[in-house]
Amino acid sequence: MSLKKSILDLRKRREKVQKGGGDKAIEKQIAMGKLTARERIQALCDKDSFTEYDLFVEHEARDFGMDRKELHGDGVIIGTGTIYGSPVCLFAQDFTVAGGSLGLMHARKITKIMDHALKMRVPLIGINDSGGARIQEGVNSLAGYGEIFYRNTLASGVIPQISVILGPCAGGAVYSPALTDFVFVVDNISKMFITGPSVIKTVLGEEISMEDLGGARVHAETTGNAHFFAKSEKECFDQIKKLITFIPWNNETKARAFPPKPPKFKGKIEDLIPSDPRQPYDIRDVIKAVVDDSDFFEIQEMWAPNIIIGFGRLNGETVGFVANQPLVLAGVLDVDSSDKAARFIRFCDAFNIPIVTFEDMPGYLPGVDQEHAGVIRHGAKILYAYSEATVPKITVILRKAYGGGYIAMNSRHLGADFMMAWPTAEIAVMGPEGAANIIFKKEIEAADDPDDMRKKKVQEYKEKFANPYVAAAKGYIDAVIEPSETRKLLLHAIEVSENKGVPLPNKKHGIPPF
Amino acid sequence: MAKKFEGLVDFPILSMKYRTRLTKKYMNRKEYEAPDIKKVKSYIPGTIIKVYAKKGKKMKKGATLLILEAMKMRNKILMPIDGKIKAVHVKEGEMIPKEFLMVEIE
Repeated sequence: MSLKKSILDLRKRREKVQKGGGDKAIEKQIAMGKLTARERIQALCDKDSFTEYDLFVEHEARDFGMDRKELHGDGVIIGTGTIYGSPVCLFAQDFTVAGGSLGLMHARKITKIMDHALKMRVPLIGINDSGGARIQEGVNSLAGYGEIFYRNTLASGVIPQISVILGPCAGGAVYSPALTDFVFVVDNISKMFITGPSVIKTVLGEEISMEDLGGARVHAETTGNAHFFAKSEKECFDQIKKLITFIPWNNETKARAFPPKPPKFKGKIEDLIPSDPRQPYDIRDVIKAVVDDSDFFEIQEMWAPNIIIGFGRLNGETVGFVANQPLVLAGVLDVDSSDKAARFIRFCDAFNIPIVTFEDMPGYLPGVDQEHAGVIRHGAKILYAYSEATVPKITVILRKAYGGGYIAMNSRHLGADFMMAWPTAEIAVMGPEGAANIIFKKEIEAADDPDDMRKKKVQEYKEKFANPYVAAAKGYIDAVIEPSETRKLLLHAIEVSENKGVPLPNKKHGIPPF
Repeated sequence: MAKKFEGLVDFPILSMKYRTRLTKKYMNRKEYEAPDIKKVKSYIPGTIIKVYAKKGKKMKKGATLLILEAMKMRNKILMPIDGKIKAVHVKEGEMIPKEFLMVEIE
């Protein structure tokens, strides 16, 4: 063959394989309201930056007539590209090829790109759209899943791992996303579950639709398995791109710094907050008032909304925010909010992102359901995560810091580097009413007018203890600051902690209360 | 802005009441009910295969009340105490959810 001819031959081969499952299958994919795997990669990566590997890989199945079947690329596309100039490794399952089912070679391609990501120390993005294990390939398919999970675990904390669910993701397949750092779902397209509606119906007699069992909204709102919810694939890709700008390539680098920008917020920060500790406000307004360009990128917005987590920038550098949300459940800590915050703290710690904590909370949520759901174990996760983290840790106490909550929300005692409190801070074992009722029980009961006495004692306690100065007198708080000084002091704290080093006892790994 | 502060309720934590919003999950949480040994409930959803208990029948502790098939297992549901059956709320062939009251003992 002449050179010219062989080039033409290559082009022909490429064109054929790039069609995936063929025109009919592509039409079907579009009819389901989905983009094709190739379109997804194009939408996500910088223009013309994607380079595909293993285009010509073919499956190895020989049983059940599979030897006569051609499965282009074995149902998955892998390669490297850039997002806003940052290199990433990607795989995208192609539902048009045998329903994106996972066979031996399909899994080999995925593990190949995972190994590549780990070697190159760049983020991994996996787009999942697959009917599950390729039944015809039997245990080889299961082996494939296992080898993916193993690599997810090895890569955890070394490179950021992102999972995008753009179709069904059922059975064993769900555990790869579950092992990764951020899971993206799209309304009406994403479906995740261990056992599907039909199995549940046969075995247990419970009837439920796929959407209600494991749709995007369920995972964004109820289970907490998803971190980002989008209404369309396009919105989802925009979210991923934005996330990429906030996180570093790996655990040995820092997130890219941006040109510093002042917040857009121009009002007085103290006006955002009612002075009565019982009245709510949206803590996100306070975060937006201090971060660069008032740009706060929230994570897990719909799940456990009594705690807020997300990224923002201070002086151009990425910072992770953890903040109680007085607007929902008074900002209490509970099973879900502890879980949510703890995982985020560990992500920030693994990837050199300083953590800023805004505290305003009355304590842990009381209730039989909470106790029986294991709030002790789950609540301990947040203590563990904060204590273990060695990145710069800064806390600002806005109003209430009561009881166990005071300790849990990155207190000095768990290793906070900077503890600041607004003059409105109330740092105490519990709210003034509760404390006065217990401490002055006898005096209140013996008084001629117990209600009047109670009021007096509550007032007395408030004046003496419901303030930041008792804690400041012990050095538990470094500085009592005016709200308007918050951003300035946060910037300063980040600057000072540039070279923070913490000697830790040598260990293989800790044993967090999973 | 105004919408943000809709749906606020008084939410008591210890001795203080806070103005705040509740979550769906919080509102849908199950109220705690003290266990009652005289109410035999299903611990798993499934199908009633066989019913031995009858209203008015006296049964000894450990006797089989009924068989509940779930997860392809036939589970014998036993009488928790000596007593008389007050009511049977399930029929053979019936599919029941979890925590379903199957038998009451007097």
